[in-house]
Order: sequence, then structure tokens, then C-alpha cells
Amino acid sequence: MGEPVAAPGRSRSRRRGPLTYVFRLLVITYLVLLVAWPVSLVAKETFANGLESLRTTLSDPSVTFALKLTVIIAVQAVVINTVFGVGMSLLLVRYRFPGRRLLSALIDLPLSVSPVVVGLALVLVYGGRGGWFGPTLEDHGFQVIFATPGMVMATAFVSLPLVIRELVPVLEEVGTDQEQAAKSLGANAVQTFRRITLPAIKWALVYGVVLSLARSLGEFGAVKIVSGNFEGQTQTATLSVEQKYQDFQQATAYATSFLLASVSVACIVVVSLLRPRTEEKR
Amino acid sequence: MSIEVTGVGKRFGDFVALDDVSVSIPTGQLTALLGPSGGGKSTLLRIIAGLEDADTGRIEIEGRDATDLSPQKRNVGFVFQHYAAFKHLSVARNVAFGLEIRKRPKDEIKARVHELLELVHLEQFADRRPGQLSGGQRQRMALARALAVKPTVLLLDEPFGALDAKVRKELRDWLRRLHDEIPVTTVFVTHDQEEALEVADEIVVINEGRIEQVGTPDQLYDEPANDFVMSFLGPVTSLGGVSVRPHDLEISTEDPGGGVAGTVVRSVRVGFEVRLEVRTSTESVQAVLTRTEARGLGVVDGTTVWLRPMLGAPTVRPTGLLVPAV
Repeated sequence: MGEPVAAPGRSRSRRRGPLTYVFRLLVITYLVLLVAWPVSLVAKETFANGLESLRTTLSDPSVTFALKLTVIIAVQAVVINTVFGVGMSLLLVRYRFPGRRLLSALIDLPLSVSPVVVGLALVLVYGGRGGWFGPTLEDHGFQVIFATPGMVMATAFVSLPLVIRELVPVLEEVGTDQEQAAKSLGANAVQTFRRITLPAIKWALVYGVVLSLARSLGEFGAVKIVSGNFEGQTQTATLSVEQKYQDFQQATAYATSFLLASVSVACIVVVSLLRPRTEEKR
Repeated sequence: MSIEVTGVGKRFGDFVALDDVSVSIPTGQLTALLGPSGGGKSTLLRIIAGLEDADTGRIEIEGRDATDLSPQKRNVGFVFQHYAAFKHLSVARNVAFGLEIRKRPKDEIKARVHELLELVHLEQFADRRPGQLSGGQRQRMALARALAVKPTVLLLDEPFGALDAKVRKELRDWLRRLHDEIPVTTVFVTHDQEEALEVADEIVVINEGRIEQVGTPDQLYDEPANDFVMSFLGPVTSLGGVSVRPHDLEISTEDPGGGVAGTVVRSVRVGFEVRLEVRTSTESVQAVLTRTEARGLGVVDGTTVWLRPMLGAPTVRPTGLLVPAV
């Protein structure tokens, strides 16, 4: 960055004129107004009375329940997305079949469709009354909507592309030579995957999982619709924040928000620590 | 016969990669599959290894039908053009891979890896990552890795194709010596005729999905089955409608009988040889002679000369039939 000569093909201003500083100021102001200031206010509100509001929040059974449920759902969704993500990525990169491009486009759908729509769609299929599969499933004692399975499905749906979009380019870059070499040396499919493919995609997978976890913890819209939002039963942390805020328990809402934000920040820190290492590996 | 290929065909969409190919590859020898790019030689090698499925035909390895066997059950060693090194494993672990898969005892693996690294002169690099090796070293590592499991046959797909000319030549000589030391049946793919002629015991020439000729390097050079083989293995010119090598032309300044008359239109001296372009009444013929011969004959531009193929020189009609030597 500090090199005196600009890299060819890139227009980088060599002199730092007054305009550079104006631009920097603009960007910083923008980020402060949009991100840093509001988020820091959440932290400020949380600690307005020292640790008091955090203590009350964590002793509120409905909040601790919501936090626990959020973790349970996020972990399940991430496990599902990891297994399916790896499988789907291998399918997309290693095999050629009719409809492959359509599948690839479908995987991006959760990124573009509003989570509320995802929630409604799931209710239409799995709803206990009038859903396609819902009544049949409920007759067999398996409730999806207004219960944990539906919430896990909604969360998994929303964060599905994150693992796959990390893995696909890495798998494409690694190619199949190493896998074929392993096979010719006597390795079966499982051994090849565990000893050759997995180490090659390890860092991309970790990155995708962390992103997916952060997204799952913060999911709101889809979960709100499929959960029914029953306090102490199907209420996750994000839903709890909304309810506490509307019930004039601002301190609790801020403290819960702060906890959610801290986990996300922790995720970002983990990811940014991993990123340079993955680049070095290549 | 170690590898028996019978009636193998393979298509990629409309493209015919292999068209009913049958060939026997002898045990314990170094065989080259030689041909131009896209001729089907790599596809044949990958079908032998099981990395590609044939549409039709059968593959037999050491008397065992391998057609429907998966690659891991064929016990073949495969070496890729771009090394296919396991980047996350050390050189020693790369070589040990096949043995670890076969669950050999630790001591045995250690001893065998050491032995192989010595064989390929990489013992001091055992703990390095493949990324820290040069191309030639990586390919030697890949060879050691393939040999570690004592394969029935060793298959090399353009093994030196990604290396620079000097390393290429060194490795080629080294492969020949290695094969003399460990005479495992080896098949390697190359598009470099010099490489094939120099290293191989037997050459299979493949072009457009078909086998043009099988034979020893001398047979192929001296008795090419057709025009394609002849022109692929060395320089060729045409005299009176037959193909002949430029250095197999007898040049005289007086009609020796049966010669074709022409005028020297161009002569170029390159080191010890003199290259002539002779215009006859029907065509333009290339001829090569040594500097001494050229001086003796006193040929310069404009000299009239008589050309005829030397006694016993291979000549081929472009139709593909071998013409008996004049």
C-alpha cells in the first residue's frame, strides 16, 4: 500500500490531495451515522446503569429461554447447512447433470427472497391446518409449524447459500487431480473425502460456517412467522427483543440486543483472523 | 501380455476420442503412447487406470478383467502431468499415502518411504510441503508416491509436459535408468517423438482415436506403416509422389539412373549439415547432406542434381502403403 509507484492497471492516486481527505471524511461519516453510532448506542444503553440491566435481563426466564432456543436452533441449522452445503457444493462442482444451473440459481434464492416470504411458504407446506404435508405429519405426532422443527427449517433455508457460496469457488480451484490420485492409490470415496477434499476446503468451510452461524443467530422474519412467537415456548432472542421493546422493557431489549451483537462481532473477528490465513495457504 | 486393451471406444458428445482400439502392452517394458494432442492417447491411459469409463471394449491387467473395477482396485500407479501433489501433506506423507490407506504397519511405511525417497533423490526434502519443491522434484515425488504401493503397472500422463526443456531431458534419462532398475510395466503418454524414441522400448502411435502403428522405436522409424507415422516421427519430403526422409536422399551431379532431375534453388548451412531445396519438374524437394558431402559435390544455387532414395531407405506412398525400398 505504501509503495510509491501505483500498480499498473489500477488507478490509485499517488498524491494525497485535499480531495482524498474529503472522501475519507465522507466515508467515515457515513459509516459512523449508519453503523457505528447506532450500535454503540445499544452498548451505551445496556451499560447505562453499570451491569444492572444485563443482570436483570439474564435473570428474566423468558429471555434466558429465548437465548437458549436461539442457540439450539442456530446450531441445528448450521449443522444441517454444513452437511448439505458440502454435499451440494460437491454435486454442483464435480458432476454435470441436466438442471445443474437451475439448481445453482435456486441456491441463491434465499439471498434474494424476503425471509417473511420464506416463513409464509413453509407455513403453506407444513402448516398444521391446510398445509400440504402439515396435517399428515401432525396426525403422526410431528408438529413442524409453531414448533422447533419449523424454526430450524426456516433458519436453515435463510442461511443455506452462505456455506455453498464459500465452498464452490474453492472446490473449482482445487480441481479433481488430487482426488483422482488418491483414488488410484487405493482410497475409497470416504477416505478420499476425509484425507484430500476436506483438508483442501477446510478454511472455506470454517468461514462459511461462521457466516452461517452469525446469520442464523440474527434471523427474525422467517422465524417470526413459523414460530408463532409464543413467549417461553417458541420465542427466539430476536423475537424477544422486539417484544420487550414493545412492552416498554427497553433496558432488557437493549441488553439482549447487545448480547446478539457481541456474538456477531465475535464472528466477524474470527472470520477476519481466518481470512489472511486462508490466502497465505494458497 | 500385461495390459490387454480390446475394442475400446470412447466418445465425448460428438467427438470420437477412441475408435475401437485394441492393443497389447508387454510386461516389464517401457511403452510410449505417442501422438498429437487430442488424438486420444491420454483418454486411453485414463481408461486403463479406471479414471475414465470406456463406452465399449474391455481392459485386462495382468490377466485379470479390470473393465468394471474401480480405480482403487486396479492397483495401478498414476502420475499426472500437473503432479496432483497433496498440498496439505509433507513429501513423506504424500509418498506414504497409499500405504496408509492399505493400513500397513508404521515401521514398514517408514522404511518404504525412506527407500523410495532415496530412489528419487528427495530424502532431504521429506518434511517439506510440495509447494516448496521445484516442478521436477514434485514430479519425482509423484512417481515415488505411485511406486510406493508396488503397482502392477505404472501409468504416466505427459509426465514431463509441464517442465522446462532442460529438466525434461534430465528426468527423461532418469526415468529410463529408474525403469532399468525397477522394471515395472510402464506406459507413458507423450506428444514428443524424441522423448518416445529415446526412452521407450515400444511405441504405440495413436492419431484421431485410432492406432496407427505399434513397434520398437527402430521399427517405427525404419518401417513406418504409413505417411502419418513417418511424418510424425521425423522430417519428411516428397519425391516423385512418395514420402522419404530428406537425409535418405542420394544426390548426384550426374544421372545415376532412376534419379529425378532438379535444380537447387536454395541451400542453407546449419552447423554440420547443409539443407537443399531442389525444384524438379513437378515438385519442390527438401534434401539434407553433410557439409563434407556438399563440398564434394560442389552444389550451389542453380546446380542441376539428380535425386533418388538411398538403398534401403524407408519410403511411403501418401496413400499409406509401404513402398519396397528401391
